[in-house]
Amino acid sequence: MAYNFHFDPVDLPPECQELRQEVRTFLRQEIEAGTFSPTGGKGSFSKAFARKVGARGWLGMTWPKQYGGHERSHLERYVVIEEMLAHRAPNRSYATADRQSGPVILRYGQEEIKQKILPQIASGDLCFCIGLSEPNSGSDVFAASTRATKTEGGWLVNGRKIWTSNAHNSDYMIALLRTSPKTKENHRHGLTQFLIECKSPGITIRPIINLTGQHDFNEIFFDDVFVPDLHLIGEVDMAWKQATDELAYERSGPDRWLETFSGLVELVRRAGPEPSERLAEGIGREVAHLATLRRMSVSVAGMLHAGKTPGVEAAVVKDLGTNWEQALPNKVRLLAPPSGDSSPESNDDRFEEALRHTTLIAPKLTIQGGTREVLRGIIARGLGLR
Amino acid sequence: MTDSIIVDTATRIFADLCEPGTVNAAEEGQWPKALWDALEESGLTLTWVPDTLGGAGADIIDGFAVLRAAGRASAPVPLAETLLAGWLLTQAGLDAPAGPMTIAPVYEDGHIELANRSLRGRARHVPFARNAEHIVVLAYEAGTPSVALVPTSGLAISPGTSLAGEPRDTVTFDGATAVAVGPAPGLGTLGLVQLGAAARAQQMAGALEHILDQSVQWSLDRVQFGRPIAKFQAVQHSLAALAGEVAAAGAAADAAAEAIARYGIGGELVAAEVAIAKLRVGEAAGTGAAIAHQVHGAMGFTYEHSLHHATRRLWTWREEFGNETHWATQLGHMVAARGADALWPFITQGS
Ligand SMILES: Cc1cc2nc3c(=O)[nH]c(=O)nc-3n(C[C@H](O)[C@H](O)[C@H](O)COP(=O)(O)OP(=O)(O)OC[C@H]3O[C@@H](n4cnc5c(N)ncnc54)[C@H](O)[C@@H]3O)c2cc1C
Repeated sequence: MAYNFHFDPVDLPPECQELRQEVRTFLRQEIEAGTFSPTGGKGSFSKAFARKVGARGWLGMTWPKQYGGHERSHLERYVVIEEMLAHRAPNRSYATADRQSGPVILRYGQEEIKQKILPQIASGDLCFCIGLSEPNSGSDVFAASTRATKTEGGWLVNGRKIWTSNAHNSDYMIALLRTSPKTKENHRHGLTQFLIECKSPGITIRPIINLTGQHDFNEIFFDDVFVPDLHLIGEVDMAWKQATDELAYERSGPDRWLETFSGLVELVRRAGPEPSERLAEGIGREVAHLATLRRMSVSVAGMLHAGKTPGVEAAVVKDLGTNWEQALPNKVRLLAPPSGDSSPESNDDRFEEALRHTTLIAPKLTIQGGTREVLRGIIARGLGLR
Repeated sequence: MTDSIIVDTATRIFADLCEPGTVNAAEEGQWPKALWDALEESGLTLTWVPDTLGGAGADIIDGFAVLRAAGRASAPVPLAETLLAGWLLTQAGLDAPAGPMTIAPVYEDGHIELANRSLRGRARHVPFARNAEHIVVLAYEAGTPSVALVPTSGLAISPGTSLAGEPRDTVTFDGATAVAVGPAPGLGTLGLVQLGAAARAQQMAGALEHILDQSVQWSLDRVQFGRPIAKFQAVQHSLAALAGEVAAAGAAADAAAEAIARYGIGGELVAAEVAIAKLRVGEAAGTGAAIAHQVHGAMGFTYEHSLHHATRRLWTWREEFGNETHWATQLGHMVAARGADALWPFITQGS
């Protein structure tokens, strides 16, 4: 047998069901209060909202209490995340820190930093960005060349990062920097993770406008930026060991198949209670994919919860999920009944806004966080092909 | 969680007694007696019948797991059909006989009349009718659904075959007499079709697992341009895509099986899970079989190579008990009737 896939069935425990209702009630109140719109494309960055979520105990949920965490389960966290995403809550200010940066610091950060930073992530006060990509280091992450050179009490950083989402709103970045050349035996050797304060002297952040017309990612220039020793994360030159599977799983959650969900919701709204057979069929097909993806995604969360290491399964979910969510807007477009000069009461405007937004963001879905081709390579390795 | 002893037993029987030669011989019309007898002796054929009615009294979920294993092996026997027949008998409180069984009708619009044990009507595409000793018929007696156990001896069976060369016969029941009859007021052809769809989804998920294994192995063995074709990135990515379809099919089929095991046939949640499963697995069957064939090159297009045992079954099964279009339309209407704001709660309702 080539690869024995396991997507263990998961029954979300009763506390998850209660939590789901709690989150839904909270979101309903926030929508009614005008904090955000579940169909809006803009304004997804809100520190005020992050603090409210933090105050509910929904950030750093799985972390130890001593660092401001709540010692709740992966499954409970999963439920909170998927409800936020499905309702398009403004999670930009906290999502990266909660999902990726916090866990890295928790696992590899120095004690003093853990005590200082993690509680502030859990309260929603800190925004993080990820400094991996460089002009000449995209899929080939380990080709990074931005340097950190040892100096008195710390390191001096010089070079350039690019595509850094949200850097202009961030308090900190976790950056992957070159501290030694790669070796003949190990081309991944020589890189080190650092915590960098985004307001440090010597950092210049230049906006890059993306094709939707928005300022979301950035180019970052480092000119003799001082980073104290305390901000070293993990072992010098050994970052490749820290890019562990465990962290990869953090990236296989519901954000990998819910990004264009609003298009499907608005299509169902336009379809009304008695759609044509053709439209019903089209909706049915997409719903079946969505439901299956969600089941697989919950299953990965459940396996993590049970202490398993479903690395290939996580890659499979992300590959299937991003391909599906990327193809969805075009299917929605072709299924939609013609609108023309329809009546003002119809939801045409809402539908068109959702379709416009999802169509424009579609190309990035199979690129960010590891391209489709990179993921397929991971799955192929799992199959024993490479 | 499934009972691993039952599944291990099934897997071992298929490994021992369901070689490619057995599958080919069955297509030529030779009944795989050793295979069937082994399955029957282990009680696997009556998994869905309680011990009080002569069955094995296993969990519904174990029966589905056995069907997954049967699908993996392309087992050319009416195992799914006998399980379905046993389930139908159980709904009417009837004892299950030994021997291979099948069911009729297999379509939602099927209609067979019953009056004083005497039947009237015709059913098309009845799987393995000519091999079965009994057909369990869902018939209507004065408008009330009833289950009738009908021996095949003396029935007019006109043979037909599926794309996989398995019997799919037309059975004419006019004048036939049931040996046992029981009312099953809550039941309808829809329920039978739903259970059939869930069963086929498991068989297909199994067949997909098998073609993934076969394709991976082939790619490692077949050498071109001086290296195994597995080393070409285009081939790797095709196989990764196949693996994704296989994984999705397994997850979707399991969701339906679990819902049925928990709630039984009937009810909206089960209806949704069955629709999702048969549709998603059906799509995976089409995509997956195409990739498997591409990776195998011309060899996979020969009768000699066994890839077609699984792929021709996939093409057959995706069409039975409702194809992708059928279930997609059902599901779409379900979703539309609830409305846009109920879509997310609908997706999360199972868990
Ligand atoms: C919206 C968005 C947000 C992002 N945010 C961040 C961020 O916050 N921080 C950050 O560090 N980065 C970020 N990125 C960058 C992202 O991680 C990279 O775009 C990604 O890793 C791919 O690198 P690249 O764009 O240089 O493409 P390349 O690596 O140049 O790839 C181009 C194409 O070649 C293919 N390719 C490359 N190598 C191979 C191979 N070995 N085999 C087969 N095909 C291959 C790729 O799959 C792709 O199709 C973001 C990107 C996007 C689109």
